[in-house]
Amino acid sequence: MSVLVHKNSRILVQGLTGSAGAFHAAQCKAYGTQVVAGVVPGKGGTTHEGIPVFDTVEKAVRETGADVSMVFVPPPFAADAVMESADAGVPLVVCITEGIPAVDEVRIKTFLDRTRTRLIGPNCPGIITPGECKVGIMPGYIHKPGRVGVVSRSGTLTYEAVWQLSARGVGQSTCIGIGGDPVVGTSHTDALRLFIDDPGTDAILMMGEIGGTSEESAAAFYKASGTRKPCAAFIAGATAPPGKRMGHAGAIISGGKGTAAEKKAALREAGIAVAESPADMAVTILRLMVDRGLAPASSLDPV
Amino acid sequence: MKLHEYQAKDALRAFGVATLPGAVCTTADECEKAAKDLGGGLVVVKAQVHAGGRGKAGGVKLAAGPAEAREKGAKILGMKLVSPQTGPDGVIVRKVLVTAACDIAREHYVAVTLDRSVGLPVLMACKEGGVEIEEVAARDPSAIRKVHFRADEGLAAFQARQVAFALDLTGPLMGQTVALLQALCRAFVQRDCSLLEVNPLCVTKDGKLVALDAKMAIDENAGYRQKDLAAAEDRSEMDPTEQRAKELDLAYIPLDGTIGCLVNGAGLAMATMDIVKHHGGGPANFLDVGGGASKEKVTEAFKIILADPQVKAILVNIFGGIMKCDVLAEGVVAAAREIGMKVPLVVRLEGTNVERGRQILAESGLRLTVAKDMTDAALKVVAAAKGA
Repeated sequence: MSVLVHKNSRILVQGLTGSAGAFHAAQCKAYGTQVVAGVVPGKGGTTHEGIPVFDTVEKAVRETGADVSMVFVPPPFAADAVMESADAGVPLVVCITEGIPAVDEVRIKTFLDRTRTRLIGPNCPGIITPGECKVGIMPGYIHKPGRVGVVSRSGTLTYEAVWQLSARGVGQSTCIGIGGDPVVGTSHTDALRLFIDDPGTDAILMMGEIGGTSEESAAAFYKASGTRKPCAAFIAGATAPPGKRMGHAGAIISGGKGTAAEKKAALREAGIAVAESPADMAVTILRLMVDRGLAPASSLDPV
Repeated sequence: MKLHEYQAKDALRAFGVATLPGAVCTTADECEKAAKDLGGGLVVVKAQVHAGGRGKAGGVKLAAGPAEAREKGAKILGMKLVSPQTGPDGVIVRKVLVTAACDIAREHYVAVTLDRSVGLPVLMACKEGGVEIEEVAARDPSAIRKVHFRADEGLAAFQARQVAFALDLTGPLMGQTVALLQALCRAFVQRDCSLLEVNPLCVTKDGKLVALDAKMAIDENAGYRQKDLAAAEDRSEMDPTEQRAKELDLAYIPLDGTIGCLVNGAGLAMATMDIVKHHGGGPANFLDVGGGASKEKVTEAFKIILADPQVKAILVNIFGGIMKCDVLAEGVVAAAREIGMKVPLVVRLEGTNVERGRQILAESGLRLTVAKDMTDAALKVVAAAKGA
């Protein structure tokens, strides 16, 4: 079991013939993902490394039954690409593109609110259900099928967390990178809701960072849900100075708000275990899982 | 990307926002001439720096005429302005704005920013002007009126009226207020602002609504379509290393510790700083080399870290996904050879092609320490920095 993507998901790639699009589409395919179409306006009717290319998302969906779009379109055109997929009724759009202006992200969100499309990202590594379907730029081989749901704003920090879990023999149900921008389509709360409702997920590992209030909202949601699934978290940026954008457009402490300390306090208050060191992300969730018989005691052995 | 007051006012005038006339000056002579051009009467000489709190820091002075404008200009230009927002080192004032003065009847606060929690821009207004809005927010949140609007539709007239009534800008001021608020919201969207603040927005004794000060910050991601603003960015207040990093498209923030950090990915870079601190060290910087960093970029990143004389040891923490560990290792070796690494180097590699990467490091003959995981890396680099 998993959330959002699985072995029957059919992926179309917007921006398939660009260097990043072509490379990652091939990587996803090699992982076993069904990459069924590419959309590149003006190149319809051709094929790219065996993948049929269409001029419009609407046509690609009609002819291939694609139900997930992975977007690699450059920033000036990315908002339009996301809206095209939503308009064509694609239920899930994963936008990898980094560097989209915030005003465009606002436009995307307003547009999507009138559709039934879920957006993951922008500026994210994507989503993977290990062993079944990879929609994104994450290295597939570090993942392992299992029952821990992982959600994070960042790419490499997610890989680190997944690596720590896999190294201890603990697999993941689905890993969602929600993206590091100020306005993203899927929040920590949305991801938590999906994992709490998923019978294939036993526990949740969440990575957040300074800036905004996404983690605080997720903490409140977790507490109110009354779920028995254990949850652990790590917040990056305890040492970040205020007023500086720490790489991610969204990672900034502004007006004294969005500090790591506030977020950790909110998480703890909601009954979520907080890892103080990023080296302890996996063991923090595993301690809770071992306690409840959800993971073998050996998963806590030193590696 | 922060703009100066005079740049923000220029940008706002194009949207029909009323400001007072003025001229930006870099010498005392220019200040005198500007005051003369403004009619020879009362003027205000205002330091143009990327920080608030200029008034209290002595960066804003009234001048009775051209001669006094010259004198005040000479004092402010070149001064080191220290305010709570500049940090203890302060910033050097290189430009002043000489602007007409006016008789102020009332002062208010208005700003437009992005409300991340709902994904919409929000207009904020407060009856009390000239204040630190964070202080008001902490003291009495109900004093701040907030109105969300859609990027494409802008602020509706009825929304603007609601705010005008809340600020008591009624009667003959109502029309001006609605127009100004709508113009601010339009400017926010069309110029890709991350913050647009008019504080104070003032009503003059002769009943005019004027943006007396303006603060504008532009979304870094929108530089490609705000070319004029991006080109006008004044980087002189940025530390030279930060400027260099920006040119190279590296995300770099200097900090005050002794351990240089070179990491791929923003989240992991922050986490690396955190773990250094967790084990008793102090990070000297935040540096994200990005997902697909080349050998050249890694070399430049090392040069930037080593330009900081406080750096006593360097920690490289790479989780190779897209970035392959062997490519990174080659970059580390090339950089170390080219610049002659004078401080201890601790490298932690994991991910794609990690074995080849570790082999390249081991065979390089360089004096570096390979760490097995993040804790090991942090402990080793903290020890190295203390030993050096």
